[in-house]
Amino acid sequence: MDLSFTEEQTLLRDSVAAYLGDRYGFDARRAAIASPTGWRPEVWKAFAEELGILGASFPEEMGGLGGGPIETMVVMEEFGRALVVEPYLGTVVIGGGFLKRAGTDRARALVEDIIAGQATFAFACHEHEARYNLARVATTAKKSGSGYEISGRKAVVIGAPWASHLIVTARTAGSQSETAGVSLFLVDKAARGVSTRDYPTVDGRRASEIVFENVTVGADALIGPADGAWPLIQQVTDEAIAALCAEACGVLRKLHEGTVEYTRGRKQFGQPISAFQVLQHRMVDMFIQVEQSVSMSFMAHIHLSDSADERAKAVSAAKVQIGRACKFVGQNAIQLHGGMGMTDEMAIGHYFKRATLIEGEFGSVDHHLARYESLSLDKVA
Amino acid sequence: MDLDFAPEDETFRQEVRAFIAQNYPKALRDKQDKGEEMTKEDYFSWHRILAKKGWATPSWPKEWGGTDWTPTQRYIWSEENARADTLAILPFGVSMLAPVLWTFGTEEQKARFLPGIRDGQVWWCQGYSEPGAGSDLASLKTRAERITGDDGKEYYLVNGQKTWTTLGQFADWGFFLVRTDPDSKPQAGISFLLIDMKTPGITVRPIITLEGGHEVNDVFLDNVKVPVENRIFHENQGWTCAKALLAHERSGIAGVARSKRNLERLREVARTEPADDGGKLLSDPFFKRKVAELEIDLTALEFTELRTLAGESSGKGPGPESSILKIKGTEIQQRLTELALEAAGHYGAPNLRGLGHNFGPVGPEEAHGVAGAYFNTRKTSIYGGSNEIQRNIIAKMVLGL
Repeated sequence: MDLSFTEEQTLLRDSVAAYLGDRYGFDARRAAIASPTGWRPEVWKAFAEELGILGASFPEEMGGLGGGPIETMVVMEEFGRALVVEPYLGTVVIGGGFLKRAGTDRARALVEDIIAGQATFAFACHEHEARYNLARVATTAKKSGSGYEISGRKAVVIGAPWASHLIVTARTAGSQSETAGVSLFLVDKAARGVSTRDYPTVDGRRASEIVFENVTVGADALIGPADGAWPLIQQVTDEAIAALCAEACGVLRKLHEGTVEYTRGRKQFGQPISAFQVLQHRMVDMFIQVEQSVSMSFMAHIHLSDSADERAKAVSAAKVQIGRACKFVGQNAIQLHGGMGMTDEMAIGHYFKRATLIEGEFGSVDHHLARYESLSLDKVA
Repeated sequence: MDLDFAPEDETFRQEVRAFIAQNYPKALRDKQDKGEEMTKEDYFSWHRILAKKGWATPSWPKEWGGTDWTPTQRYIWSEENARADTLAILPFGVSMLAPVLWTFGTEEQKARFLPGIRDGQVWWCQGYSEPGAGSDLASLKTRAERITGDDGKEYYLVNGQKTWTTLGQFADWGFFLVRTDPDSKPQAGISFLLIDMKTPGITVRPIITLEGGHEVNDVFLDNVKVPVENRIFHENQGWTCAKALLAHERSGIAGVARSKRNLERLREVARTEPADDGGKLLSDPFFKRKVAELEIDLTALEFTELRTLAGESSGKGPGPESSILKIKGTEIQQRLTELALEAAGHYGAPNLRGLGHNFGPVGPEEAHGVAGAYFNTRKTSIYGGSNEIQRNIIAKMVLGL
């Protein structure tokens, strides 16, 4: 057993942290998210060329650096600390996660494009009527010639305005909530019949409502087996959730550090407010939540290569801890900053907003508690 | 002890309900429904209709425009307003400054200022907090020095900065705490001044809050000349006024009727929004449990408020117990916005602020703005004396610790 980082992983963390410290300050980020496009393609280019992190978690035979989940964890935690909005999760973790397992030439070529910073992805998997259940898919893909014809609507597709490609869940067989019958398709965002409405999200990213109207794709658009993509969807979303947990850890650390620092400097009643025991205990409780979250992020990443049930259990457990921590640490960070915490001008509120959305991304605390129960307790009973 | 409404109370309820239905401005309703920003005129429009009817200031003394309603009638009044989701009457003049005026003001001051507050003609704002004086309000530094003007009259020359001034961008007048004696103990050297916001030397600068709204402001005072007759109560005894005001601010802060309305709205949303299993969210055992717990919490607060009101009606003013109402009331308001955001699921994420009306809705209508409301409502456990300070007040004043 070894819970330490390798020299390479430490180096990776340091180089990402140094780059973000230099180029991704609060003001630069603020200007970027307020700009018409909402992100900085030049930062993405630097991720590919200067830092080489877009290929960090791909196998060497695909042109990557041969890293795995721990490399993703290291990168995402730093992204959390800097509130990076660029679509690393959608492109590298999710898009790359599907493509590297697809086994087609087209997929392999796209992995190369991802690593080079040429292709960006968004995962169109949510539908309003399904809430957090990714198997409830009403979007359909019907056989059409040698390929398929996709029709349906997807909700709040994070990063879609920046994506060159979409990965879409669609039903090829079965009834609306059956896991069997769900398939995955690669869709060029510029394809005929794809229409999007783009908007900002409250945490400074961009998302789209997407309508697919008889969008025709070739046979090579299929990722994984027809009707049988569910296990792959589970695997890649679990990896995405683990990555989100790592990002959350970066966000939580900044919320906690920022609060400790602020209370040390803020004087009321003739002393720093950090001298009040009731605030000290609150910050200790926040600290405990942060540490528990980091532990769960480690735990989840280590279990990503286990059996499907073990992996799912670990990931859901981590998301429950981290969802709760996001609420507790976020709310108390604002409270302890007082009125200053309410201002757009201070970074703390921006971390709070990101933490708030992470709480619900790919399933709320309730969703993952239920999933954990069904995998762990229900089986014992 | 009973909860039954007398027949005359039921009659009163019908009268209030009918009056609101017939007189509430339609344009205001539309703006509220669309979540549009209110203008100064919008804020005052309902107030002025009520003022004409004599209902704008129910809790005031009769001679200045109070209604002499029983506590039950006042309870019905706030219930019916919450039920109809009317725009709340702004508290700054009506429930914060007015009690100070009728308790500490001279007859002349009462006659000069109370009618404008009652009739919704003068917009008041609060100048209490400063960048260095928040929870520790008594450490405020805004300085007021006595001078004799060129006209031979006595003035205070005011210099300093106030902050978190809610809706100060609309204010005609403000009530300010200023330091008139820098040498005595912090609480002892403070005076309570009424300042015309058009006086030269006043600058109001917006503070944008984390959800993107402009509700609060910094107010800078640079050699602002304030006539001495605008001081309420004695020089250096403004802290007495401030404390009285804060207790009133707290007693109105529970917001029980509004929270009941918002809880009803949450139930409606949960009845229509989907759960993971394809059913409705209100059938989801986890979510249902949270709504039930919140409802029970709110019921307890409602009865605590009723008991406090009963105490008030027997002649006691709002005491330190009102801190309980502030703590629980704001916790419940926050929890309501938390659950509304949770209910919205994916559609909590979109931020449509600033995209214009042509953009159209994204997701279900009830999800619109829930995240912004959640972020904004975090302020409630900070303002009006943070909930930590309220606990100190209960510990000291109620428990005697």
